[in-house]
Amino acid sequence: MRKQWKFLLALVAAFGLFAAACGSDGDDAADGGGDSEAAADGIGADKTVGLTFDLLGRGDQSFNDSAAAGTDKAKADFGVTVNEITPTDASARAGDLQLQAENSDLVVGVGFSFAQAAAEVAAENPDVKFAVVDDSMMNFDTGEPLAPNAAGLVFAEEQGSYLVGVAAGLKTETNVIGFIGGVSGIGLIEKFEAGFVAGVQSVNPDAEVKVDYISEFPDFAGFESPDRGKEIASAMYGEGADIIYAAAGLSGSGMFQAAADHTAAEGSKVWGIGVDSDQYNTVDPSVQEYVLTSMLKRVDNAVYNITEDVLKDNFVPGEVRYDLAAGGVDYSTTGGFIDDITGEIDEAKQAIIDGEIEVPTAP
Amino acid sequence: MNNRMRSASLALAAPLASLLLAFLLSALVLVLVGSNPLVAFGDMLEYGSRLEIVIDMLNRATPLYLSGIAAAIGFRMNLFNIGVEGQYQLAMFVAAVVGGALALPGFLHLLLILVVAMIVGGLWSGLAGLLKVTRGVNEVIGTIMLNFIAIGGIIAALIGRFRDGEISTNSGTKLIAESGWMPNLNGFVEAFTRDIKGRQLSGMLVVAVLVGIAYHLTINRSRFGFDLRASGLNPMAARSGGVPPKRMVVVAMVLSGAAAGLVGMVDLVSRYHRYDNNFSPGLGFAGIAVALLGRHHPVGVAFAALLFAFMDSSSSILQVTGSASPEIVIIMQGVILLTAVITYEYVNQIRQREETKMAALATAGGAA
Repeated sequence: MRKQWKFLLALVAAFGLFAAACGSDGDDAADGGGDSEAAADGIGADKTVGLTFDLLGRGDQSFNDSAAAGTDKAKADFGVTVNEITPTDASARAGDLQLQAENSDLVVGVGFSFAQAAAEVAAENPDVKFAVVDDSMMNFDTGEPLAPNAAGLVFAEEQGSYLVGVAAGLKTETNVIGFIGGVSGIGLIEKFEAGFVAGVQSVNPDAEVKVDYISEFPDFAGFESPDRGKEIASAMYGEGADIIYAAAGLSGSGMFQAAADHTAAEGSKVWGIGVDSDQYNTVDPSVQEYVLTSMLKRVDNAVYNITEDVLKDNFVPGEVRYDLAAGGVDYSTTGGFIDDITGEIDEAKQAIIDGEIEVPTAP
Repeated sequence: MNNRMRSASLALAAPLASLLLAFLLSALVLVLVGSNPLVAFGDMLEYGSRLEIVIDMLNRATPLYLSGIAAAIGFRMNLFNIGVEGQYQLAMFVAAVVGGALALPGFLHLLLILVVAMIVGGLWSGLAGLLKVTRGVNEVIGTIMLNFIAIGGIIAALIGRFRDGEISTNSGTKLIAESGWMPNLNGFVEAFTRDIKGRQLSGMLVVAVLVGIAYHLTINRSRFGFDLRASGLNPMAARSGGVPPKRMVVVAMVLSGAAAGLVGMVDLVSRYHRYDNNFSPGLGFAGIAVALLGRHHPVGVAFAALLFAFMDSSSSILQVTGSASPEIVIIMQGVILLTAVITYEYVNQIRQREETKMAALATAGGAA
């Protein structure tokens, strides 16, 4: 009897954990496959872009969706065909890039995790161009690109975060502000934190910024855990924060939910700040009124531009840096909640572009 | 003789029946969501049988097999080692740090990395065994807790100290010198086929085969293995037979953990040569499924690992052809596992009934 019980437990646990371990609920990842509605006179009519998503795939309301918006636009403007693939797990990355390379003129890897695989696959497919979002694709020892046919699209997230930090610093009434990072220890989200804190302090030195990360490397759950994002946000609102900036991928949606709940319970309005996409447009409509602004990381622009470069034979390997000056990062005004302070934010923006303000990249 | 053939065919019938059932059920799911199952499975077969994808499959099956063997060692002793996940990640991390810090000549360097990984995995797993025999902590709870401590605690706390280079994305521990890299088996495969493009068949495949043989010899052909199986089947009887139950628990957990320590080595010594965010998580849990499907048998687990690896490595094509959602693979794996357990149980009942009948016949014959 005891043995049977144990076996049943083993089975249930094994299947549950197994499904969880390899689960990636990429919404409708398959729907991009094999599209061929090419605009007949577009310069990309006979060209194909292989868009390879990070593990969550299309529908994460932020990072991947922003990249997808870029190829959607390229499809409309140039008539290129877009093949979308979401790797089912981490070890599928190299194989999926190779699969894309066989059918594409440009292969885009959305996320720094693709860097090493892309460098290898690029070497094997010299006729195909590669681009990786969030990795410079440079060999820092030699200063040369990792591969002559691979570009790295990197962003000055700290500059965009600085701007939404200015907005938070000006808008806060309690002088308590929160920052929720997805995963610490990779060195990426720390850039968001550093810029945000600097932005808050530049306009409101009295404000306190509470910082918390959902998970630590090597645990990547922090980018896909709306429940934990909500818990941390609820705690921060409970401690008096009235604005929180979440740089945590899908987990950020939990923060907006927490803002709605807290506002309903306490009667005083609290806000969340979105990241990567203009989250006013991507969140559930019921929580739209809590999206103060969003730090825009224009992955869509970067993906669109690199597609255009490939189509027009302007491709250059190595790092392509998207900062404020290049329109790579920005802040959103959708919803009109910060219309009264856009003047001050734009001043800061101009100061950064002119080099008068140096935004820190590490906390 | 006839009986032996019959029991062998029964043993084979169970996995085949469950496979067939799983395919039918998955096909049904595909039809329900409006895809053509024949086209989808055909795409997977066509893509999965390319040489490069076969290499991918073998590279995936290797850690799955090691993880399956690690779980199987525990199962044989009626221990549920759910901690393979934490054991292999911690082993990989420590082995990466040690391998990166030292430079030994040639083969010794590689050997050191593998041995360190096995020791770390064994110790971490043995800890759960110790907790069980000294404090009565159920090994399921113990190993789950140790998973959290290993991944969320130890690695997360130490990774900053051993990080190579300043703050930059995608950096891990120091790159291991080339003497600590596992040679690949491409030359061997290419002698029979053609040039392999952009893939390296990991030499860990050989290690996995050796582990499988060692597992078979230890469990089925040694005094120790007999004691282990006896303790698993009936601890009281084993104890009366002079087998120290507490020691067996700890030793079984240590061996299971040592096998677990090798799971991450495909990534470490054959692929990335450092511990960074490229490595594959989740192999520990997948191994439990593979061990169950393979009935803890060294060859059975190998087939299970190959089957799961085939489905994983061939499913990407579905996103390109659009013939089905690649998530169908996860459904299939779950259904295969469920149907396998059900058919195994069914076959078990048939066998028991027959044995009773035979025994009754034998006694009746003797009496007459």
